[in-house]
Amino acid sequence: MREPIIEFKDFSFKYKSQKEPTLKNINLKIYPGEKILFAGRSGCGKSTLAHCLNALIPGSIQGDISGNLRVCGNDPGKLGVFGMSKIVGTVLQDTDGQFIALTVAEDLAFALENENTPQDELFEKVGDVAKKLDISDLLECAPGELSGGQKQRVSLGGVMVCDVKILLFDEPLANLDPATGKRTIELMDDLCKNDDMTVVIVEHRIEDVLHRDIDRVVVLSEGEIVADMTPDELLCSDVLSTHGIREPLYITALKAAGADITPDTHPQHIESMLIDPYKENVIQWFHKTERQKSETCDDTILEIENLCFSYDGINKTVDNASFKVKRGELFALVGKNGAGKSTLSSLICGFNKPNTGRILLEGADIAELSIKERGERIGYVMQNPNQMISKTMISEEVGLGLFVKGVPQDEITRRVNETLKICGLYPYRNWPISALSFGQKKRVTIASILVMKPEILILDEPTAGQDYAHYTDIMEFILKIKKALGITIMMITHDMHLMLEYTDRCIAMADGQLIMDAKPFDVLTDEAICDRAYLKKTSLYELSLKCGIDDPSEFTARFIDDERRRRKEACDEQNDIL
Amino acid sequence: MNRMISYENKDTPIHKLSGFTKLVFFLLWCITSAITFDTRVLVVMIIMGAMIYIISGTKWEQVSGVFAIIMFFMVLNILGIFFFSPYEGCKIYGSRTDLLHLFGNYTITSEQLFYEFNVLIKYFTVIPSIFIFLTTTDPSELAASLNRIGIPYTAAYSLEITLRYIPDVQDEFRRIKNAQEARGIEMSSKGSLLYRIKNTAVIIFPLLFSSMDRIEVVSNAMELRGFGKKKKRSWYSQKKLTAMDFATLAFIILFSIGSLVLTFADGSRFYNPFI
Amino acid sequence: MKKKFGIREVVAVGIGTALFVALTSVQVPLVVIPNTDLQPRMAVMAFFATVFGPIVGGIIGLLGHALGDAIFWGSVWWSWVIPDGIVGAIIGIFAKQYAVKDGGFTKKSSISIFNGVQIAANAIAWIAVAPALDILIYAEPVNKVFTQGAFAFLGNIIIIGILGTLIIAGYSKIAEKSNNLSLEE
Repeated sequence: MREPIIEFKDFSFKYKSQKEPTLKNINLKIYPGEKILFAGRSGCGKSTLAHCLNALIPGSIQGDISGNLRVCGNDPGKLGVFGMSKIVGTVLQDTDGQFIALTVAEDLAFALENENTPQDELFEKVGDVAKKLDISDLLECAPGELSGGQKQRVSLGGVMVCDVKILLFDEPLANLDPATGKRTIELMDDLCKNDDMTVVIVEHRIEDVLHRDIDRVVVLSEGEIVADMTPDELLCSDVLSTHGIREPLYITALKAAGADITPDTHPQHIESMLIDPYKENVIQWFHKTERQKSETCDDTILEIENLCFSYDGINKTVDNASFKVKRGELFALVGKNGAGKSTLSSLICGFNKPNTGRILLEGADIAELSIKERGERIGYVMQNPNQMISKTMISEEVGLGLFVKGVPQDEITRRVNETLKICGLYPYRNWPISALSFGQKKRVTIASILVMKPEILILDEPTAGQDYAHYTDIMEFILKIKKALGITIMMITHDMHLMLEYTDRCIAMADGQLIMDAKPFDVLTDEAICDRAYLKKTSLYELSLKCGIDDPSEFTARFIDDERRRRKEACDEQNDIL
Repeated sequence: MNRMISYENKDTPIHKLSGFTKLVFFLLWCITSAITFDTRVLVVMIIMGAMIYIISGTKWEQVSGVFAIIMFFMVLNILGIFFFSPYEGCKIYGSRTDLLHLFGNYTITSEQLFYEFNVLIKYFTVIPSIFIFLTTTDPSELAASLNRIGIPYTAAYSLEITLRYIPDVQDEFRRIKNAQEARGIEMSSKGSLLYRIKNTAVIIFPLLFSSMDRIEVVSNAMELRGFGKKKKRSWYSQKKLTAMDFATLAFIILFSIGSLVLTFADGSRFYNPFI
Repeated sequence: MKKKFGIREVVAVGIGTALFVALTSVQVPLVVIPNTDLQPRMAVMAFFATVFGPIVGGIIGLLGHALGDAIFWGSVWWSWVIPDGIVGAIIGIFAKQYAVKDGGFTKKSSISIFNGVQIAANAIAWIAVAPALDILIYAEPVNKVFTQGAFAFLGNIIIIGILGTLIIAGYSKIAEKSNNLSLEE
């Protein structure tokens, strides 16, 4: 019998500042060469479990441990963070935080430099790793010149130089666009196959991780292991949905069609799954499901005309963009990092001035309006709520915009309360912001913009880094305010589920140009566009083709409609109970 | 922001020197310039500075923006000295030669002109050395060089982190400022002082807060990769010292000693042409 | 138990200095007279000194001032760099008294101690050290350097006193509630 490389025995952990233990009675064995996925909602304890492996717990984070943990025969608590760094290589979620040095080469060498490795050896090892990861041409580059995927490679290289036995990935996909995420998973798989490495991935984006083979998935909920099984078994069970984790879309679709999925059909990858047993169900479901008619409004609120912008006068960051936005629309602006999405929105907000072209708001050119004047009509919400919040109390923060405008105090109070009620924050109005969760903070920042009564709301990556449950929470909230206020909403995102399920329209950008402006299900079933915008075709596309339905776009549309209907029913039910 | 002076990779003898050599040169140069007030030494330093500037291939466009600002402050400073103390030069050199009476108690004297000329060239010995140091030294080499002159590597690495995150912090500041401005909170010159400072707080506070998060993430990342584990640390970007480096080091040490000997040979740090 | 200058302090110096340098060009005009602009970066330094102590505060002052001036203005006035370090270090020496991380800075007593210390620190730095160095290095007229020093003193106690107090109190309020709970998101 093989010896496990990682073994938890009756392991529990409680943070010093918390009353309840975060990990309860964990028993888990991981064998050399295995590839394991830790999944679960935020706060389920999966990151805590990972921090025990690299000894950040108890090295940097204090708390009470009971039970046993062995990694490669060692007790991480005794070996400490430094000792464990030779056995476990950790790749953090935040690639900007992990990239410490000024250039790629120095960052790759960082861990070896700390070992006081002679310089000649540094050159040799860095050269080797760079070659392996295909980043030899980037050695001189500064972090600012790299794309998200390239930074991820550097992070990976930075821990691989140490010949570690275990690679630990903490939410590796959180900041990546879908196509780069897919490539990262492929890279991880290729590297580890060759080196017989043990790999632990902490991630809630199950469908993306399962793009390549995983040996076992360990699902955590409230500090306990609720499932430890192969992906095939897991996808056939209802563990994921009962614990608030998102299933792969094609699995949800199959289940919705009434199919009873079994492990022997290998549901882990849609490409290799045996679909025949379920074909009938899917086709039947497709024919009986109807599309809802969506109401559209013909009143144009915003018009972008031949907009061009360049930072350096040479490369066009926004290249001749034109589109119209209808009042009350909820649409997504998508594309990879650097495609021009953020620049386009900063042109609309007035942070930058276009070189040529016009922006018309309700038919009038807004070129002469200042940032402040535009801000009253076009609200902008940053991705990270911590970057916007500057007061310590909720009502103060929400009223800040009105306060600096010189609105009388009683009117501020009235409008703040009104907005807080719409945003579901009224009961919290006198709370300190520090007591709120990330999602609630997000609501506060949106409320602090809504209080100014803008006609258009621009949301930058509203759900970035959020798990399924929180993400659904934020998006349902956005739908609610859209309905209550009739406001027009533009979202910058690279979350495909978000655009598919929540938006009416999707504008894809690549290299500064608009490459498609259509319904989300049309965009996500168009291979060429997906490639250029660094999106990934939805797995529903593959599913419909495999079932012999030759209109994947229509199939996707019907599925999404059906999903929305069911979600709405669930929501209404919940409201009835309340 | 675009006025900033930054490193430019070129192939000149100055660029080829190790960062360590340039750092030692720069520090000794600054110290010498700070101590001496000997006109002969200062003039020699100005000429040498100009020569090094030409060899370093630094383009005028790289530094002209900043240079204009310095000139402005310099003129302001020179006038300030005259305004506050029109006979400072006479005190220093112990004589008074009137040239032109302006008004009231203000008369231009040879001694004052000479003294202010010395102040001016003293500044001008330092300014090109900063330009040259910044434009020819690879920032990657700086931390390693600091470590080499005896500063503990942990403290030296702080500088590397600073240089690494300045662009990120600037970018974050810009984005926060934009978003707050769209909410109507401006850092303009309108309003009372207290109001303006409060608005500044609204912009700086989120920046500080996210910087504290960043400190947490970066420290964890560094610890996980073994920073601070050993007493010594090697540096990927450290350049090996060549014969040219040793020659340069020998030269600057001798030059500094020589300058100070010459300066203080007559018992005063000032060179006095009025005796 | 904890080392005085550990990894967190190294990073705090690094990031704090980056902030200080990045804010070099951000100024709040005090009056119309040139060169008397208030420097918000001083408040940032004070913040780091109160949270991380004298070494971090002092190095941010020294390194930040030297680097910021070199990059933005192309010159380094050493006689003004050193006083900045002194202010950071002195404010930092009393870091324990303010108890910023434990939410103590919301109390009146902490705020008064902080402001007493910062005024004293600025007095030493700008009314004693800076003019002395200006005279020593540049042989500048006594009345000129003291006038300059007095302006710097005023500007700095205003910006640290108002902006510094505001941001430190704000941070202290937040730190009190969410004590070490942030790691699990």
